[in-house]
Formats: sequence, structure tokens, C-alpha cells
Amino acid sequence: MRYWFPLGIFICWFVLASFGPLFPLMPDHIELSKILSTPGNDAWLGYDDLGRPLWDRLVEGARVSFYVSLLVVTISLILGTLIGATSAYIGGWFDHVVIRIIDIFLAFPGLLLAIALAGLMGPGLDNVVIALSVIGWVGFARLTRAQIMALKHRDHVHAALALGAGRTRIIMRHLLPLVLAPLIVEATFAVASVVISEAGLSFLGLGIQPPDPSWGSMIRDGTRYMLVAPHMVLVPGIALLLVVLSVNLLGDRLRDRMDVRN
Amino acid sequence: MISFLVSRLISAVIVVLGVSCLVFLLIHLVPGDPIEVMLGESSQLADREALRYTLGLDLPVYTQLLQYFSGLLHFDLGTSLYSKRPVVDLLLERIPATVELAMSGLLIAILLAFPLGILAAIRKDTLWDGGAMTFSLLGISIPNFWLGPMLILVFSLWLGWFPVSGREGVASLVLPAVTLGTALAAILSRMIRASLLEVLNEDYIRTARAKGLSERSVILHHAMRNALLPVITLMGLQLGVLLGGAVITEIVFSWPGVGQLTIEAIQRRDYPVVQACVLLISVAYVVVNTLTELVYAGLDPRIRMLGEN
Repeated sequence: MRYWFPLGIFICWFVLASFGPLFPLMPDHIELSKILSTPGNDAWLGYDDLGRPLWDRLVEGARVSFYVSLLVVTISLILGTLIGATSAYIGGWFDHVVIRIIDIFLAFPGLLLAIALAGLMGPGLDNVVIALSVIGWVGFARLTRAQIMALKHRDHVHAALALGAGRTRIIMRHLLPLVLAPLIVEATFAVASVVISEAGLSFLGLGIQPPDPSWGSMIRDGTRYMLVAPHMVLVPGIALLLVVLSVNLLGDRLRDRMDVRN
Repeated sequence: MISFLVSRLISAVIVVLGVSCLVFLLIHLVPGDPIEVMLGESSQLADREALRYTLGLDLPVYTQLLQYFSGLLHFDLGTSLYSKRPVVDLLLERIPATVELAMSGLLIAILLAFPLGILAAIRKDTLWDGGAMTFSLLGISIPNFWLGPMLILVFSLWLGWFPVSGREGVASLVLPAVTLGTALAAILSRMIRASLLEVLNEDYIRTARAKGLSERSVILHHAMRNALLPVITLMGLQLGVLLGGAVITEIVFSWPGVGQLTIEAIQRRDYPVVQACVLLISVAYVVVNTLTELVYAGLDPRIRMLGEN
């Protein structure tokens, strides 16, 4: 139970996102006679305010959230780790500048910088990925920097240095592998936060544009019909909650397993 | 203490300067022509140049930066493109609503988190603990733009206890404050539990018990005071999440605060207002964070000694 529930949800999400196009889905197909109809025998999960099937839109939305989070976390992880590791290993004025830049990025609370960026660049999926990566690298950079600072004076690093290993080799082969466990845990939690952030931007109308569905924009559309069709808010919201919850649970389990202190 | 104070203040000033620069540069770093985005692709060349001239975007970047900073020093944040009013006036109208919302959110978070966290710690590994931690996990995982509509659905539409949206009286404050405070309550209660559990193993707790103090006095006076230190730091940091979350919460409940102004300005492509809102929220966060650190240092002598060495 401790592993199977979150893992099961996660696998469902992955399968829907990856193999969704193999199903005969019609997320934009309008069935006028079924506008706002609630879930029932002939309408699994019901229809939205334009008469589009919610299940089909939910699967499409899973694709969006999965690929946005995959892309953003990968970009942030690579960028943040490289910046953090280089900064910690080189030290000196370079490190000071990097710390200041990290502090400045951290001064923008929550989604604010992403909201501003997505707003200024104009809506769209690419811009969501860019905006979320711009705020995403900071966490990884800070974590990697702190870890490498603690590791860089270990004996095996001095030994590698004495054997004539270069800076790149020491960082890539002798330091980063030791930081991997906390980075994996951080990346798991980052997936959860990116899923919420993407949906949040789409909720604000700054993410993916109609008619393409995102769980966030589905919730926003649903809030206008809550009295007659509460399923329009419930369906995408529960999907979102389950995914975020299961990713957070997996992160917790991973942290316990890999014995990472936060 | 003085040198600690000065070093914290200097670093806060550097961050505020950096934030201001970044907010200024946002409009220049974003690919594409901001004027074209504001007016649309089909706009006339003459109109574009006129707006470019009005906003000063035809000047060299360093001149613009100088003008921007000299404006900031005089609390002049420019004029709204949409309403043609000074941006400072627009902000001043909205600040009270956001402060009210953030404070109530914080209050809700504290009211929820302390009983839950303490209960979970003193009844560790019981059903109480499990329940509190399940709440915490749910609270962290529920996005506020879904929790808000759900609360409206249950408490406004079905039960009719609170208004759906707007800012009229205390009743209208309840749902937005709960929406905003839940995530913070979740994180705080976890932290309080962890921190209290650590402290409860200390020798002085055993001493307090051994001299016959009541369990209540041991927890509240001896354990809680020491467990509070990391919690206060976290609270300062999480205030940012609260301020950031206020943007979405204000949209959900049509709460007339700075967050709503930000999103309205983005939709109207009113860039001076967007920049001012982002700047205001971030600077408020830096100020609150610096104050928290100073309070923390005041409470814990170890921190200010560390700053001096």
C-alpha cells in the first residue's frame, strides 16, 4: 500500500500521457446535445460547457502536464546542477556572484516571476516551459552548491587532484555522483511543483491556449458552471490532486530510502 | 549584534537592487518587440513609434535604467497605459486588501498548524499523528486554485454560509484566508512536529519532567520555546509562498488586491503596472524575510554570535 498507491497513480499518469494518442480521443469534438451533462452511463466523466467529452480532455491534459514537467525538471536539473557545482568548486568571486543571483531569483515569491515572464512573453506551451525553467534551476543550484561545498575537501578529491585530474573530471566523476541521491529526491518534489505551476499558469490564462486542454484551464472553465455542473471542476481537480499527492508521496519514500536529510 | 544587523541590511539592499534591475530588464530580455506585443501585430508604424517614445523605450538602455531608478527613488513608477493614472496610486488602492488577506491567511495557518503539529508530536505514531500528517500531505498537494473553488462549492453554493466572492465584510474574508492559509498550515505543522520531536529528547525536558512539572508546562514552556526557532525561520521563508499564492487566491475570489491587479495588467498588456506589481510583491517579501532574520537573531544569541565571527 505504501508504495503501490502512489506508484500506481504515477504509472496511470505516465501511460495516459504517453499512449493517449493511441486511443480514439476527440478532445475538441462538440456534442451539442450533451452540453454540461453529468457523468453517467452514456457519458463517462460527463461533458463540458461546450459539449466536449471530459475524459478525452483529461487525457490530453495529462499529456500536457507530463511533458511540461518532464521538460522543465530536466532543463532545471541540468542547468542548476552545473551552475551550482561549478560555483561551489571554483569559489571566490564567481561563487559570490552566483550566490547573489540565486538570492535575487529567490526574492520573487512563488510563481510571481513565472507569471510575469509568461505574461510578458505571451501565452503558449513553449513560454510556460521557459518561464518555469527560469525559476526552476535555482533550487537545484542551491542544493548542489551546498552539497559540493561540503564534499570538495574530502580526501578522494585531493587524491584525484594529485593524480592530475582536471576540474571538469573532478566535478563530473568525483563530486556529482555523490550528490545524486539528494538531487533525485529534489527532482521528484520539483515534478509535483511544476505540475501545480503549469496548471496554475493555465488557470490564470497564461499557459496553454484554447481549444487545447490543460487541467488548470479545465478548472478555470469549470468554475463558471459550479452550480449546474460541479463535475467540470471536480474531474480535473481530483486528477491534479492525485498526481501531485502521489509524486509527493514517492518523494517522501525516496527520501527515507536514500537517507537524505533536508 | 550591530555588525550582524548591518550585514543583513546590506545584503537585503543588494537583493532589492538586483530585483529592481531584473524587473526593469524583464521587458528587454523577453524576446520580440514589447511595443508590438502591447499594440498587436496589425498596429500602424506611427502608433508604435509614438508609444515607444512615450514609454522612453527609444532611449539607450542605460539612460532608461537611470530614469527608472531615479523614478523609484521618488516613488514614481510611471503611468498606467490603460487607465492613464499614476501606477503608485493604483498600487496604494490595492495594498490594504492584499495585506488583509495575507495576514488572515497567516493567522489561519498558525491556528491550524500549532495544535496539529503539537498533537502529532506528543501522540507520535498514533492515529492522531497519522491524521495530522495526512492533513499536512493533502494540504501541500492541493493547489489553491482548486481548493478555492471547492470551498466556494461547499460553503457558498451548497451551505450558503459565506459569499462567493468580493470583499465585503468579515464573512467574505473567511474562504480566501482558508484557501491561502492551508498550504502554509500543512508545511508549518510538519515542521512543528519534527522540531518538537527533536527537542523532546533533550536532557532539559527530562529534568523538567523529573522536577514534577505538569506535562502541559513541559510542552508549552520548555519544549515549545526551543522548538520554535526553526519554525520562525520557515515562517519567514513561507510568507513568500503566501504572497505568491495570494495572486491566484485573489483571482479565484475576485479579491481586489495587488495580485488581481497584476493579472488584470497582464491581460491588458499594461506593462508599467505589471512591473510595479512584481516589484512591490518581491520587495515586500525581502523586507519581511530580513525582519524575520533579525527577530530570529534577537531570539537566539547563537545566530548573532555567528554573524560577528
